[in-house]
Amino acid sequence: MLKKLLSVLALVASSAALASGAAVHLDKAPVNLKDTESLQRGMRLYQNYCLGCHQMEYNRYSRTFRDLQIPDEVGMENLAFGAQKVGEYIKNGAPKADQARWFGAAPPDLTNVTRVRGPNWVYTYLRSFYVDPSRPFGVNNVVFPMVGMPHVLQELQGVPTLEHTTTVDAHGNEVHKTVVVTDGSGELSTDEYDRAVADLVNYLTYAGQPSKLEAQSLGIKVMIFLFIFFIFAFLLKKEYWKDVH
Amino acid sequence: MFKNLMSWIEYRMPFMEKMNLHVMQYPAPKNFNFWYFFGSLAMLVLVNQILTGVWLTMNFEPSAERAFASVEYIMREVDYGWLLRYMHSTGASAFFIVVYLHMFRGMMYGSYQKPRELLWLFGWFIFLVLMAEAFMGYLLPWGQMSFWGAQVIISIFGVVPYIGDDLTLWIRGDYVISGATLNRFFALHVIALPLVLVILVFLHIIALHEVGSNNPDGVEVKRENDGTKYEDNVADKFTFHEYFTKGGKKFIVDAIPFHPYYTVKDIVGVVGFLILFCAVVFFAPEGGGYFLEAPNFEPANPMKTPEHIAPVWYFTPFYAILRAIPDQLIGAIAMFAAIILLALLPWLDRCKVRSVRYRSVWHKLNLVNFVISFVVLGVLGALPATPEYTLIARIAMTTYFLYFVFLYVYSKNEKTKPLPVRLS
Repeated sequence: MLKKLLSVLALVASSAALASGAAVHLDKAPVNLKDTESLQRGMRLYQNYCLGCHQMEYNRYSRTFRDLQIPDEVGMENLAFGAQKVGEYIKNGAPKADQARWFGAAPPDLTNVTRVRGPNWVYTYLRSFYVDPSRPFGVNNVVFPMVGMPHVLQELQGVPTLEHTTTVDAHGNEVHKTVVVTDGSGELSTDEYDRAVADLVNYLTYAGQPSKLEAQSLGIKVMIFLFIFFIFAFLLKKEYWKDVH
Repeated sequence: MFKNLMSWIEYRMPFMEKMNLHVMQYPAPKNFNFWYFFGSLAMLVLVNQILTGVWLTMNFEPSAERAFASVEYIMREVDYGWLLRYMHSTGASAFFIVVYLHMFRGMMYGSYQKPRELLWLFGWFIFLVLMAEAFMGYLLPWGQMSFWGAQVIISIFGVVPYIGDDLTLWIRGDYVISGATLNRFFALHVIALPLVLVILVFLHIIALHEVGSNNPDGVEVKRENDGTKYEDNVADKFTFHEYFTKGGKKFIVDAIPFHPYYTVKDIVGVVGFLILFCAVVFFAPEGGGYFLEAPNFEPANPMKTPEHIAPVWYFTPFYAILRAIPDQLIGAIAMFAAIILLALLPWLDRCKVRSVRYRSVWHKLNLVNFVISFVVLGVLGALPATPEYTLIARIAMTTYFLYFVFLYVYSKNEKTKPLPVRLS
């Protein structure tokens, strides 16, 4: 009885981490919001490959350009979609009803995708497409089984396929691993592709909370003030209370 | 000049008189410890919620079409909108943290016992209204968890026999959760419930000042003046309001004026609290996914159920009880019973000694039982229900209810330690 209870308790502890339901291992996304060049590269990738279907309807070009240190003219020339103005939201103009008909469901807005899924999920997801002829777009995804979108970055990555490997670890147990490998037909090598996806995820992380850097820099000042205030508040209390026994 | 102004006011309204009564000449026991910070902190958080709430309301649009987008607008385009929003969302969780600790303080030191029953009941009503306030506020951002969390909680009312369906319809104002629900929740969240909260807080404090604060020793500081001499009585140094001394009929022992002693002490508590609060607001506003849940960054979609619906963390202990019972009606009754039993504590606890310091080992163990049960239920309520978890939830629910049963039984003839004459 006790043994059963203990095993149940252990189960509680271990599965608390799995509460989100995702059992797939996620790679850590190398997010660095201070790397402006990476954010700029990420935005370019987003505008070229994602925006056609996925809007970013809560962010404006002007704010994004300012934060990413892109001059307005340069940005509008190279990054804006069609005849948009710098004060507009980053939209694609595709009718949602048509999109829903084409894809089965309208592609979601991606402004907050890293806050809904987490940067690690997006980073792993974009590197986990593989060829699966049974799917309408010919590809499936390890992180998002039965995914409803094509592998848009295929021209960069090459044609990815799943490879199952079985190795034996130090304890003699078989370890099954599934990895995605490409045929090398893409414009980028595997490392370059990972870096490109990292840039894109970095940009998406920025897009999810454009005020994060501002919050952190203001936060440090507030914390320093509070710690100093705490010392004085404590000394004031001590002074007042010295006669109370 | 200032003196003239003050006497001009005083002639027309007893301002200084009331300040003396409630602040400068109010006798507070000298031995308040860490646990006594949470009353003033709850007040601080209430003010924070009202102020940030007012400014959020200036840019929030309570409609199903615009609610989510207007929150994103506040987060991105309103000056310091992100700060107001995070202070408000973090404040909601902070409110429950300080209120839960404040309530537990009352349980530890028997602050609900005679003559503080009414004070406890006002506090209990504040807790109840706070839960309604938080629940309605959570719908407003119109995210996935807002929508589906509200769906689950409103459906609880559907288990009421005969009128259940009509009742849920009446609450929602529609057959499903819709813009109509959002509108009425907005009205209740920004006007009706805050008003009730403020009035209840006022009554809570009036009731407190009538009976006086309890303290960690659970012995009174206002005593009958029967000629007993108290050596080294710190209260002798101060003048307390005539209302408390009753013209010499009452004698005040080991108490100090609320101001300046507890005002300067509460400032230390406030700054300590703000350090933790601001650390969350500026550096981890999601609170590890518990203060702001990840699915809530996605707009409400009635066609798509999230894979795991969990209420916000402060409801999970009660939600776990609801889920632990297979029959929905009995589950809902058990959940409400778990809340109502707290209100009955002054009458369930029949011991005359208040503080846990001087009560039996059974009471100490029972309090530990209560804390463990409550925390375990809280953890389980946030996790998906599996057969193992349901089993543990049932055990924790049973021990939670047994706290009240045990308390009622042993408190009648409890073996207690002798009470101290003076405060430690």
